[in-house]
Amino acid sequence: MKVLVPVKRVIDYNVKVRVKADGSGVDLANVKMSMNPFDEIAVEEAIRLKEKGIATEIVVVSIGVKQAQETLRTALAMGADRAILIEAAADVHTDIEPLAVAKLLAGVVKEEGPGLVLCGKQAIDNDMNATGQMLSALLGWSQATFASELAVSGDAATVTREVDGGLQTITVKMPAIVTVDLRLNEPRYASLPNIMKAKAKPLATKTPADYGVDVAPRLSVVKTVEPAGRKAGVKVSSIEELIAKLKDEAGVI
Amino acid sequence: MAVLLLADVNDGALATDAVAKALAAVKGLGEVHVLVAGTSAAAAAEAAKLDGAAKVLHADDAAYDHGMAEAIAALIVSLAGNYSHIAAAATAFSKNVLPRAAALLDVMVISDVTAVVDADTFERPIYAGNAIQTVKSSDGKKVLTVRTASFNAVANSGSAAVEKVAVAADGSLSKWVEDKVAASDRPELTSAGIVVSGGRGVGSQADFALIEKLADKLGAAVGASRAAVDSGYAPNDWQVGQTGKVVAPTLYVAVGISGAIQHLAGMKDSKVIVAINKDEEAPIFQVADYGLVADLFTAVPEMIEKL
Repeated sequence: MKVLVPVKRVIDYNVKVRVKADGSGVDLANVKMSMNPFDEIAVEEAIRLKEKGIATEIVVVSIGVKQAQETLRTALAMGADRAILIEAAADVHTDIEPLAVAKLLAGVVKEEGPGLVLCGKQAIDNDMNATGQMLSALLGWSQATFASELAVSGDAATVTREVDGGLQTITVKMPAIVTVDLRLNEPRYASLPNIMKAKAKPLATKTPADYGVDVAPRLSVVKTVEPAGRKAGVKVSSIEELIAKLKDEAGVI
Repeated sequence: MAVLLLADVNDGALATDAVAKALAAVKGLGEVHVLVAGTSAAAAAEAAKLDGAAKVLHADDAAYDHGMAEAIAALIVSLAGNYSHIAAAATAFSKNVLPRAAALLDVMVISDVTAVVDADTFERPIYAGNAIQTVKSSDGKKVLTVRTASFNAVANSGSAAVEKVAVAADGSLSKWVEDKVAASDRPELTSAGIVVSGGRGVGSQADFALIEKLADKLGAAVGASRAAVDSGYAPNDWQVGQTGKVVAPTLYVAVGISGAIQHLAGMKDSKVIVAINKDEEAPIFQVADYGLVADLFTAVPEMIEKL
Protein backbone atom coordinates (compact mmCIF):
# COMPACT_ATOMS: atom_id res chain seq x y z
CA MET A 1 0.00 0.00 0.00
CA LYS A 2 1.20 3.43 -0.93
CA VAL A 3 0.86 6.14 1.75
CA LEU A 4 0.57 9.83 0.89
CA VAL A 5 1.57 12.43 3.48
CA PRO A 6 0.98 16.14 2.85
CA VAL A 7 3.45 18.37 4.70
CA LYS A 8 3.32 22.12 5.21
CA ARG A 9 6.13 24.60 5.67
CA VAL A 10 5.20 26.84 8.59
CA ILE A 11 6.86 29.24 10.98
CA ASP A 12 8.98 27.28 13.47
CA TYR A 13 6.96 26.70 16.62
CA ASN A 14 9.70 28.29 18.74
CA VAL A 15 9.72 31.58 16.84
CA LYS A 16 7.97 34.56 18.36
CA VAL A 17 5.17 35.61 16.03
CA ARG A 18 5.04 39.26 14.97
CA VAL A 19 2.12 40.86 13.19
CA LYS A 20 3.09 42.96 10.16
CA ALA A 21 2.67 46.71 10.60
CA ASP A 22 0.24 46.91 7.66
CA GLY A 23 -2.08 44.34 9.28
CA SER A 24 -1.95 42.02 6.27
CA GLY A 25 -0.71 39.09 8.28
CA VAL A 26 2.22 37.71 10.24
CA ASP A 27 5.78 38.65 9.26
CA LEU A 28 7.44 35.60 7.69
CA ALA A 29 10.40 37.29 5.99
CA ASN A 30 13.72 35.98 7.32
CA VAL A 31 11.99 33.88 9.95
CA LYS A 32 12.97 30.29 10.73
CA MET A 33 10.52 27.92 9.03
CA SER A 34 10.02 24.21 9.77
CA MET A 35 7.71 21.35 9.00
CA ASN A 36 4.32 21.72 10.69
CA PRO A 37 4.73 19.62 13.90
CA PHE A 38 1.53 17.63 13.30
CA ASP A 39 2.77 16.76 9.80
CA GLU A 40 6.01 15.43 11.30
CA ILE A 41 3.89 13.03 13.34
CA ALA A 42 2.09 11.98 10.13
CA VAL A 43 5.42 11.34 8.36
CA GLU A 44 6.67 9.34 11.34
CA GLU A 45 3.51 7.22 11.37
CA ALA A 46 3.90 6.48 7.66
CA ILE A 47 7.49 5.40 8.24
CA ARG A 48 6.39 3.11 11.08
CA LEU A 49 3.78 1.56 8.77
CA LYS A 50 6.52 0.92 6.25
CA GLU A 51 8.76 -0.60 8.92
CA LYS A 52 5.89 -2.94 9.84
CA GLY A 53 5.59 -3.97 6.20
CA ILE A 54 2.13 -2.41 5.79
CA ALA A 55 3.19 0.56 3.67
CA THR A 56 5.29 -0.09 0.61
CA GLU A 57 6.05 3.46 -0.49
CA ILE A 58 5.75 6.86 1.20
CA VAL A 59 5.09 9.87 -1.02
CA VAL A 60 5.22 13.32 0.60
CA VAL A 61 3.66 16.35 -1.00
CA SER A 62 3.89 20.03 -0.16
CA ILE A 63 1.93 22.94 -1.57
CA GLY A 64 3.20 26.49 -1.40
CA VAL A 65 6.37 28.39 -2.23
CA LYS A 66 9.44 26.77 -3.79
CA GLN A 67 11.23 26.87 -0.42
CA ALA A 68 8.84 24.12 0.69
CA GLN A 69 11.42 21.87 -0.99
CA GLU A 70 13.38 22.07 2.27
CA THR A 71 10.39 20.73 4.16
CA LEU A 72 10.06 17.88 1.66
CA ARG A 73 13.79 17.10 2.02
CA THR A 74 13.29 16.89 5.78
CA ALA A 75 10.52 14.33 5.25
CA LEU A 76 12.74 12.41 2.82
CA ALA A 77 15.54 12.45 5.38
CA MET A 78 13.18 11.03 7.99
CA GLY A 79 12.40 8.14 5.64
CA ALA A 80 9.87 9.09 2.96
CA ASP A 81 10.67 7.71 -0.50
CA ARG A 82 9.85 10.53 -2.86
CA ALA A 83 8.37 13.98 -2.93
CA ILE A 84 6.05 16.20 -4.95
CA LEU A 85 6.17 19.98 -4.69
CA ILE A 86 3.20 21.91 -6.03
CA GLU A 87 4.42 25.45 -6.47
CA ALA A 88 1.30 27.48 -5.84
CA ALA A 89 2.69 30.75 -4.47
CA ALA A 90 5.61 33.07 -5.08
CA ASP A 91 5.42 35.09 -1.86
CA VAL A 92 6.07 33.34 1.46
CA HIS A 93 3.16 35.30 2.92
CA THR A 94 0.63 33.67 0.57
CA ASP A 95 -1.24 30.93 2.41
CA ILE A 96 -3.11 28.50 0.19
CA GLU A 97 -6.48 27.79 1.81
CA PRO A 98 -7.38 24.27 2.96
CA LEU A 99 -10.12 23.97 0.31
CA ALA A 100 -7.65 24.64 -2.53
CA VAL A 101 -5.04 22.42 -0.86
CA ALA A 102 -7.61 19.63 -0.59
CA LYS A 103 -8.47 20.00 -4.30
CA LEU A 104 -4.80 19.78 -5.27
CA LEU A 105 -4.28 16.78 -2.98
CA ALA A 106 -7.34 15.11 -4.52
CA GLY A 107 -5.57 15.52 -7.87
CA VAL A 108 -2.41 13.94 -6.47
CA VAL A 109 -4.44 11.07 -4.98
CA LYS A 110 -6.03 10.37 -8.37
CA GLU A 111 -2.59 10.22 -9.95
CA GLU A 112 -0.80 8.28 -7.25
CA GLY A 113 -3.57 5.98 -5.99
CA PRO A 114 -2.50 5.71 -2.31
CA GLY A 115 -4.41 3.42 0.05
CA LEU A 116 -4.04 5.85 2.94
CA VAL A 117 -3.46 9.57 3.37
CA LEU A 118 -1.95 10.65 6.69
CA CYS A 119 -2.29 14.38 7.49
CA GLY A 120 -1.49 16.55 10.47
CA LYS A 121 -4.72 17.55 12.20
CA GLN A 122 -3.99 21.24 11.75
CA ALA A 123 -1.24 23.60 10.66
CA ILE A 124 0.11 25.82 13.41
CA ASP A 125 -0.07 28.94 11.22
CA ASN A 126 -3.69 29.30 10.07
CA ASP A 127 -4.99 26.81 12.70
CA MET A 128 -7.88 25.87 10.40
CA ASN A 129 -8.02 22.14 11.16
CA ALA A 130 -9.73 21.41 7.85
CA THR A 131 -7.53 19.99 5.07
CA GLY A 132 -7.88 16.27 5.90
CA GLN A 133 -11.64 16.47 6.34
CA MET A 134 -12.01 18.44 3.09
CA LEU A 135 -9.84 16.03 1.12
CA SER A 136 -11.86 13.13 2.46
CA ALA A 137 -15.08 14.86 1.35
CA LEU A 138 -13.78 15.54 -2.16
CA LEU A 139 -12.69 11.93 -2.59
CA GLY A 140 -15.79 10.45 -0.92
CA TRP A 141 -13.45 8.49 1.36
CA SER A 142 -13.86 7.65 5.00
CA GLN A 143 -12.15 9.87 7.55
CA ALA A 144 -10.71 9.48 11.02
CA THR A 145 -9.55 12.73 12.57
CA PHE A 146 -7.37 13.49 15.64
CA ALA A 147 -5.87 10.00 15.77
CA SER A 148 -3.89 8.89 18.80
CA GLU A 149 -3.70 5.23 17.72
CA LEU A 150 -3.83 3.67 14.28
CA ALA A 151 -3.97 0.00 13.30
CA VAL A 152 -4.33 -0.90 9.63
CA SER A 153 -5.38 -4.40 8.66
CA GLY A 154 -6.55 -5.31 5.20
CA ASP A 155 -9.39 -3.18 3.95
CA ALA A 156 -10.09 -1.49 7.30
CA ALA A 157 -8.28 0.60 9.89
CA THR A 158 -9.05 0.93 13.57
CA VAL A 159 -8.42 4.42 14.83
CA THR A 160 -8.57 5.81 18.35
CA ARG A 161 -9.50 9.49 18.23
CA GLU A 162 -8.91 12.29 20.73
CA VAL A 163 -12.37 13.72 21.39
CA ASP A 164 -13.76 16.07 24.02
CA GLY A 165 -13.97 14.19 27.28
CA GLY A 166 -11.83 11.22 26.27
CA LEU A 167 -11.21 8.84 23.41
CA GLN A 168 -13.36 7.37 20.67
CA THR A 169 -12.51 4.25 18.70
CA ILE A 170 -13.87 3.80 15.19
CA THR A 171 -13.16 1.56 12.23
CA VAL A 172 -12.90 3.09 8.79
CA LYS A 173 -13.09 1.46 5.41
CA MET A 174 -9.92 1.80 3.34
CA PRO A 175 -8.87 3.85 1.48
CA ALA A 176 -9.08 6.45 4.21
CA ILE A 177 -7.85 9.82 5.37
CA VAL A 178 -6.43 9.87 8.88
CA THR A 179 -5.49 13.14 10.57
CA VAL A 180 -3.04 12.77 13.43
CA ASP A 181 -2.91 14.25 16.90
CA LEU A 182 0.01 14.86 19.23
CA ARG A 183 0.09 11.60 21.11
CA LEU A 184 0.18 9.24 18.13
CA ASN A 185 3.97 9.02 18.19
CA GLU A 186 7.19 10.91 18.73
CA PRO A 187 8.81 11.80 15.41
CA ARG A 188 12.40 10.73 14.87
CA TYR A 189 15.24 13.06 14.06
CA ALA A 190 16.84 12.61 10.68
CA SER A 191 20.42 11.33 10.96
CA LEU A 192 23.19 13.05 9.05
CA PRO A 193 23.72 10.13 6.61
CA ASN A 194 19.98 10.12 5.93
CA ILE A 195 19.98 13.87 5.35
CA MET A 196 22.72 13.34 2.76
CA LYS A 197 20.86 10.43 1.16
CA ALA A 198 17.65 12.48 1.01
CA LYS A 199 19.30 14.89 -1.41
CA ALA A 200 19.35 12.15 -4.01
CA LYS A 201 15.74 11.06 -3.56
CA PRO A 202 13.32 12.09 -6.34
CA LEU A 203 11.43 15.36 -6.02
CA ALA A 204 8.95 16.29 -8.77
CA THR A 205 7.74 19.87 -9.21
CA LYS A 206 4.21 20.64 -10.36
CA THR A 207 1.86 23.61 -10.56
CA PRO A 208 -1.83 23.98 -9.65
CA ALA A 209 -2.55 24.20 -13.40
CA ASP A 210 -1.29 20.61 -13.75
CA TYR A 211 -4.27 19.58 -11.63
CA GLY A 212 -6.70 22.14 -13.05
CA VAL A 213 -7.21 23.76 -9.65
CA ASP A 214 -7.90 27.44 -8.98
CA VAL A 215 -6.15 28.38 -5.74
CA ALA A 216 -7.71 31.86 -5.43
CA PRO A 217 -8.72 32.39 -1.79
CA ARG A 218 -12.35 32.45 -0.67
CA LEU A 219 -11.49 34.39 2.45
CA SER A 220 -9.87 37.80 2.18
CA VAL A 221 -7.93 39.23 5.09
CA VAL A 222 -9.47 42.47 6.31
CA LYS A 223 -6.91 42.98 9.05
CA THR A 224 -4.58 41.19 11.40
CA VAL A 225 -3.91 42.51 14.87
CA GLU A 226 -2.05 41.51 18.00
CA PRO A 227 -4.38 40.04 20.61
CA ALA A 228 -5.38 42.29 23.47
CA GLY A 229 -2.67 42.04 26.07
CA ARG A 230 -3.21 41.18 29.68
CA LYS A 231 -1.46 43.15 32.37
CA ALA A 232 0.51 41.44 35.07
CA GLY A 233 -1.22 41.75 38.42
CA VAL A 234 0.34 41.60 41.86
CA LYS A 235 2.53 39.10 43.63
CA VAL A 236 1.19 37.81 46.90
CA SER A 237 3.50 36.55 49.61
CA SER A 238 1.45 33.78 51.16
CA ILE A 239 -1.48 31.43 50.69
CA GLU A 240 -3.43 33.41 53.30
CA GLU A 241 -2.99 36.59 51.30
CA LEU A 242 -3.94 34.79 48.08
CA ILE A 243 -7.14 33.37 49.56
CA ALA A 244 -8.02 36.75 51.08
CA LYS A 245 -7.53 38.51 47.73
CA LEU A 246 -9.63 35.92 45.88
CA LYS A 247 -12.41 36.25 48.45
CA ASP A 248 -12.47 39.96 49.14
CA GLU A 249 -10.85 41.73 46.18
CA ALA A 250 -11.77 39.51 43.22
CA GLY A 251 -14.81 37.89 44.81
CA VAL A 252 -14.36 34.70 42.82
CA ILE A 253 -14.39 32.12 45.63
CA MET B 1 -31.50 34.47 5.69
CA ALA B 2 -31.38 31.60 8.11
CA VAL B 3 -28.73 29.76 10.09
CA LEU B 4 -28.42 25.99 10.48
CA LEU B 5 -26.74 25.29 13.81
CA LEU B 6 -25.41 21.75 14.24
CA ALA B 7 -25.85 20.68 17.87
CA ASP B 8 -23.29 18.65 19.78
CA VAL B 9 -24.80 15.51 21.22
CA ASN B 10 -22.69 13.30 23.46
CA ASP B 11 -24.03 9.86 24.25
CA GLY B 12 -27.60 11.03 23.76
CA ALA B 13 -27.24 14.20 25.83
CA LEU B 14 -27.15 17.69 24.34
CA ALA B 15 -23.92 19.59 25.09
CA THR B 16 -26.17 22.41 26.22
CA ASP B 17 -23.49 24.92 27.22
CA ALA B 18 -21.59 24.64 23.92
CA VAL B 19 -24.75 24.82 21.80
CA ALA B 20 -26.14 27.75 23.83
CA LYS B 21 -22.89 29.71 23.34
CA ALA B 22 -22.72 28.95 19.62
CA LEU B 23 -26.35 30.01 19.30
CA ALA B 24 -25.52 33.31 21.01
CA ALA B 25 -22.77 33.88 18.45
CA VAL B 26 -24.93 33.35 15.37
CA LYS B 27 -28.42 34.51 16.35
CA GLY B 28 -27.81 37.96 14.89
CA LEU B 29 -27.28 36.42 11.44
CA GLY B 30 -30.87 35.24 10.94
CA GLU B 31 -33.46 32.77 12.12
CA VAL B 32 -31.63 29.87 13.78
CA HIS B 33 -32.66 26.25 13.22
CA VAL B 34 -30.87 23.80 15.50
CA LEU B 35 -30.04 20.44 13.92
CA VAL B 36 -29.98 17.51 16.32
CA ALA B 37 -28.61 14.42 14.60
CA GLY B 38 -29.24 11.07 16.25
CA THR B 39 -31.98 9.13 17.97
CA SER B 40 -32.05 11.12 21.21
CA ALA B 41 -35.45 12.79 21.59
CA ALA B 42 -34.22 14.17 24.93
CA ALA B 43 -31.43 16.08 23.16
CA ALA B 44 -33.92 17.53 20.67
CA ALA B 45 -36.26 18.55 23.49
CA GLU B 46 -33.38 20.18 25.37
CA ALA B 47 -32.33 22.10 22.22
CA ALA B 48 -35.92 23.35 21.82
CA LYS B 49 -35.59 25.20 25.14
CA LEU B 50 -32.71 27.38 23.98
CA ASP B 51 -33.66 31.03 23.57
CA GLY B 52 -33.27 32.11 19.98
CA ALA B 53 -33.85 28.69 18.46
CA ALA B 54 -36.71 29.20 15.98
CA LYS B 55 -37.02 25.51 15.28
CA VAL B 56 -35.27 22.23 16.06
CA LEU B 57 -34.69 19.82 13.22
CA HIS B 58 -34.37 16.28 14.54
CA ALA B 59 -32.72 13.80 12.18
CA ASP B 60 -33.79 10.74 14.10
CA ASP B 61 -31.58 7.99 12.70
CA ALA B 62 -29.15 5.70 14.51
CA ALA B 63 -26.54 6.31 11.78
CA TYR B 64 -25.97 9.75 13.34
CA ASP B 65 -25.67 8.57 16.93
CA HIS B 66 -21.93 8.61 17.39
CA GLY B 67 -21.01 11.70 15.43
CA MET B 68 -19.65 9.95 12.35
CA ALA B 69 -18.51 12.72 10.03
CA GLU B 70 -19.42 11.09 6.72
CA ALA B 71 -23.11 10.60 7.52
CA ILE B 72 -23.61 13.90 9.35
CA ALA B 73 -21.80 15.98 6.71
CA ALA B 74 -24.07 14.42 4.06
CA LEU B 75 -27.11 15.27 6.21
CA ILE B 76 -26.00 18.90 6.49
CA VAL B 77 -25.48 19.13 2.74
CA SER B 78 -28.97 17.75 2.10
CA LEU B 79 -30.43 20.52 4.29
CA ALA B 80 -28.04 23.29 3.26
CA GLY B 81 -30.14 24.78 0.46
CA ASN B 82 -32.28 26.83 2.83
CA TYR B 83 -29.47 28.42 4.77
CA SER B 84 -27.01 31.28 4.36
CA HIS B 85 -24.91 30.12 7.32
CA ILE B 86 -24.08 26.71 8.71
CA ALA B 87 -22.49 26.85 12.14
CA ALA B 88 -21.53 24.81 15.18
CA ALA B 89 -19.55 25.13 18.38
CA ALA B 90 -15.84 24.54 17.74
CA THR B 91 -15.72 21.16 19.50
CA ALA B 92 -13.94 17.95 18.48
CA PHE B 93 -17.29 16.75 17.11
CA SER B 94 -18.00 19.65 14.77
CA LYS B 95 -14.36 20.22 13.79
CA ASN B 96 -14.61 16.69 12.42
CA VAL B 97 -17.88 17.29 10.57
CA LEU B 98 -18.09 20.89 9.33
CA PRO B 99 -14.95 21.07 7.16
CA ARG B 100 -16.21 17.94 5.39
CA ALA B 101 -19.61 19.53 4.83
CA ALA B 102 -17.96 22.76 3.63
CA ALA B 103 -15.87 20.95 1.02
CA LEU B 104 -18.96 19.11 -0.26
CA LEU B 105 -20.59 22.54 -0.67
CA ASP B 106 -17.42 23.91 -2.30
CA VAL B 107 -16.95 26.61 0.33
CA MET B 108 -14.21 27.35 2.85
CA VAL B 109 -14.77 26.64 6.51
CA ILE B 110 -14.09 29.47 8.95
CA SER B 111 -12.78 27.80 12.09
CA ASP B 112 -12.79 29.01 15.70
CA VAL B 113 -14.68 32.25 15.15
CA THR B 114 -14.28 34.57 18.17
CA ALA B 115 -16.43 37.46 16.85
CA VAL B 116 -19.10 37.86 14.20
CA VAL B 117 -18.56 41.26 12.55
CA ASP B 118 -21.27 40.95 9.90
CA ALA B 119 -22.85 38.26 7.74
CA ASP B 120 -19.63 37.82 5.73
CA THR B 121 -16.95 38.94 8.15
CA PHE B 122 -15.53 37.11 11.14
CA GLU B 123 -12.65 37.34 13.59
CA ARG B 124 -10.59 34.28 14.39
CA PRO B 125 -7.28 33.59 16.14
CA ILE B 126 -4.33 32.35 14.09
CA TYR B 127 -0.79 31.32 15.08
CA ALA B 128 -1.89 29.83 18.39
CA GLY B 129 -3.70 33.01 19.33
CA ASN B 130 -0.67 35.22 18.68
CA ALA B 131 -2.67 37.17 16.12
CA ILE B 132 -6.34 37.84 15.55
CA GLN B 133 -7.38 37.96 11.92
CA THR B 134 -10.55 39.46 10.48
CA VAL B 135 -11.58 37.61 7.33
CA LYS B 136 -14.32 38.32 4.84
CA SER B 137 -15.80 35.39 2.97
CA SER B 138 -16.78 35.58 -0.70
CA ASP B 139 -18.53 32.20 -0.55
CA GLY B 140 -22.28 32.03 -1.15
CA LYS B 141 -22.74 30.05 2.05
CA LYS B 142 -20.67 30.52 5.17
CA VAL B 143 -19.67 27.47 7.17
CA LEU B 144 -18.19 28.32 10.54
CA THR B 145 -17.24 26.89 13.91
CA VAL B 146 -17.55 29.14 16.94
CA ARG B 147 -15.13 29.31 19.82
CA THR B 148 -17.52 28.97 22.74
CA ALA B 149 -15.28 30.70 25.30
CA SER B 150 -15.86 33.99 23.45
CA PHE B 151 -19.65 34.05 23.85
CA ASN B 152 -22.17 34.03 26.71
CA ALA B 153 -24.72 31.23 26.55
CA VAL B 154 -28.32 32.05 25.67
CA ALA B 155 -30.86 31.21 28.37
CA ASN B 156 -33.06 28.15 28.12
CA SER B 157 -36.56 29.49 28.61
CA GLY B 158 -37.67 28.97 25.02
CA SER B 159 -40.02 26.44 23.51
CA ALA B 160 -39.28 25.91 19.84
CA ALA B 161 -41.08 23.31 17.78
CA VAL B 162 -39.26 20.06 17.06
CA GLU B 163 -39.60 18.96 13.47
CA LYS B 164 -38.42 15.57 12.24
CA VAL B 165 -36.31 15.50 9.14
CA ALA B 166 -36.26 12.28 7.21
CA VAL B 167 -33.00 11.66 5.42
CA ALA B 168 -31.61 8.31 4.38
CA ALA B 169 -28.22 7.97 6.03
CA ASP B 170 -25.35 5.96 4.64
CA GLY B 171 -23.24 4.62 7.46
CA SER B 172 -21.03 2.37 5.37
CA LEU B 173 -17.76 4.33 5.40
CA SER B 174 -16.98 4.26 9.10
CA LYS B 175 -18.28 2.44 12.12
CA TRP B 176 -18.31 3.43 15.75
CA VAL B 177 -16.65 0.96 18.09
CA GLU B 178 -16.54 2.56 21.52
CA ASP B 179 -16.17 5.76 23.51
CA LYS B 180 -13.84 5.89 26.48
CA VAL B 181 -15.01 8.94 28.30
CA ALA B 182 -13.63 9.38 31.77
CA ALA B 183 -16.52 9.37 34.23
CA SER B 184 -16.18 12.37 36.48
CA ASP B 185 -18.27 14.28 38.97
CA ARG B 186 -16.27 17.41 38.22
CA PRO B 187 -17.65 20.18 36.03
CA GLU B 188 -16.89 20.02 32.35
CA LEU B 189 -13.64 21.82 31.50
CA THR B 190 -14.88 24.26 28.86
CA SER B 191 -17.94 25.39 30.85
CA ALA B 192 -16.59 25.29 34.43
CA GLY B 193 -16.59 28.45 36.52
CA ILE B 194 -13.25 27.55 38.10
CA VAL B 195 -10.40 25.61 36.49
CA VAL B 196 -7.30 24.35 38.29
CA SER B 197 -4.50 23.34 35.91
CA GLY B 198 -1.17 21.64 36.48
CA GLY B 199 1.96 21.83 34.38
CA ARG B 200 5.30 20.11 34.02
CA GLY B 201 6.23 21.43 37.47
CA VAL B 202 3.86 18.90 39.03
CA GLY B 203 6.48 16.31 38.14
CA SER B 204 4.53 13.05 37.90
CA GLN B 205 1.18 11.43 37.28
CA ALA B 206 0.96 10.48 40.96
CA ASP B 207 1.54 14.05 42.10
CA PHE B 208 -1.15 15.31 39.71
CA ALA B 209 -3.58 14.03 42.38
CA LEU B 210 -2.65 17.18 44.30
CA ILE B 211 -4.04 19.32 41.46
CA GLU B 212 -7.20 17.22 41.42
CA LYS B 213 -7.57 17.60 45.19
CA LEU B 214 -7.34 21.39 44.96
CA ALA B 215 -9.84 21.35 42.07
CA ASP B 216 -12.28 19.26 44.11
CA LYS B 217 -11.92 21.62 47.06
CA LEU B 218 -12.86 24.52 44.79
CA GLY B 219 -15.54 22.62 42.86
CA ALA B 220 -13.40 23.16 39.79
CA ALA B 221 -12.59 21.35 36.58
CA VAL B 222 -9.04 20.01 36.14
CA GLY B 223 -6.83 21.21 33.32
CA ALA B 224 -3.25 20.56 32.24
CA SER B 225 -0.61 22.19 30.11
CA ARG B 226 0.58 20.48 26.97
CA ALA B 227 3.91 19.81 28.69
CA ALA B 228 2.09 17.92 31.45
CA VAL B 229 0.10 15.94 28.88
CA ASP B 230 3.18 15.17 26.78
CA SER B 231 4.96 13.96 29.92
CA GLY B 232 2.08 11.60 30.64
CA TYR B 233 1.01 13.30 33.89
CA ALA B 234 -2.52 14.01 32.67
CA PRO B 235 -4.87 12.79 29.92
CA ASN B 236 -5.04 14.76 26.69
CA ASP B 237 -8.68 15.75 27.12
CA TRP B 238 -7.55 17.88 30.07
CA GLN B 239 -5.20 19.87 27.87
CA VAL B 240 -5.73 23.62 27.89
CA GLY B 241 -4.11 25.54 25.06
CA GLN B 242 -4.13 26.06 21.35
CA THR B 243 -3.83 22.34 20.66
CA GLY B 244 -6.26 21.49 23.44
CA LYS B 245 -9.26 23.27 24.89
CA VAL B 246 -9.85 26.99 25.13
CA VAL B 247 -11.37 28.01 28.45
CA ALA B 248 -12.51 31.30 29.95
CA PRO B 249 -13.61 30.57 33.52
CA THR B 250 -14.18 33.13 36.28
CA LEU B 251 -11.09 31.81 38.07
CA TYR B 252 -8.13 29.99 36.51
CA VAL B 253 -5.48 28.60 38.84
CA ALA B 254 -2.23 27.66 37.06
CA VAL B 255 0.01 25.46 39.18
CA GLY B 256 3.55 24.63 38.08
CA ILE B 257 2.82 26.01 34.61
CA SER B 258 5.52 28.19 33.06
CA GLY B 259 3.11 29.90 30.67
CA ALA B 260 4.16 28.95 27.14
CA ILE B 261 2.36 30.98 24.46
CA GLN B 262 0.46 27.91 23.35
CA HIS B 263 -0.94 27.48 26.88
CA LEU B 264 -1.77 31.18 27.29
CA ALA B 265 -3.79 30.98 24.06
CA GLY B 266 -6.10 28.56 25.83
CA MET B 267 -6.76 30.48 29.07
CA LYS B 268 -5.86 34.15 28.78
CA ASP B 269 -9.51 35.23 28.54
CA SER B 270 -10.18 33.93 32.05
CA LYS B 271 -11.56 36.61 34.36
CA VAL B 272 -9.07 36.11 37.18
CA ILE B 273 -5.81 34.20 36.78
CA VAL B 274 -3.78 32.86 39.71
CA ALA B 275 -0.29 31.49 39.16
CA ILE B 276 1.66 29.39 41.63
CA ASN B 277 5.19 28.69 40.45
CA LYS B 278 8.58 28.52 42.13
CA ASP B 279 10.30 30.27 39.22
CA GLU B 280 9.60 33.97 39.65
CA GLU B 281 10.69 34.62 36.05
CA ALA B 282 8.01 32.28 34.63
CA PRO B 283 6.03 34.04 31.87
CA ILE B 284 2.76 32.95 33.50
CA PHE B 285 3.26 35.76 36.04
CA GLN B 286 2.98 38.31 33.22
CA VAL B 287 -0.67 37.40 32.72
CA ALA B 288 -1.59 36.44 36.30
CA ASP B 289 -3.72 38.75 38.42
CA TYR B 290 -2.32 37.12 41.54
CA GLY B 291 1.06 35.43 41.52
CA LEU B 292 2.58 33.38 44.30
CA VAL B 293 6.23 32.43 44.01
CA ALA B 294 6.33 29.20 45.97
CA ASP B 295 6.99 25.49 45.77
CA LEU B 296 3.69 23.97 44.72
CA PHE B 297 4.23 20.95 46.96
CA THR B 298 3.99 23.16 50.05
CA ALA B 299 1.65 25.85 48.65
CA VAL B 300 -1.06 23.59 47.24
CA PRO B 301 -1.56 21.43 50.37
CA GLU B 302 -1.62 24.64 52.42
CA MET B 303 -4.23 26.12 50.10
CA ILE B 304 -6.38 22.97 50.29
CA GLU B 305 -6.18 23.12 54.10
CA LYS B 306 -7.00 26.81 54.40
CA LEU B 307 -9.80 27.09 51.88
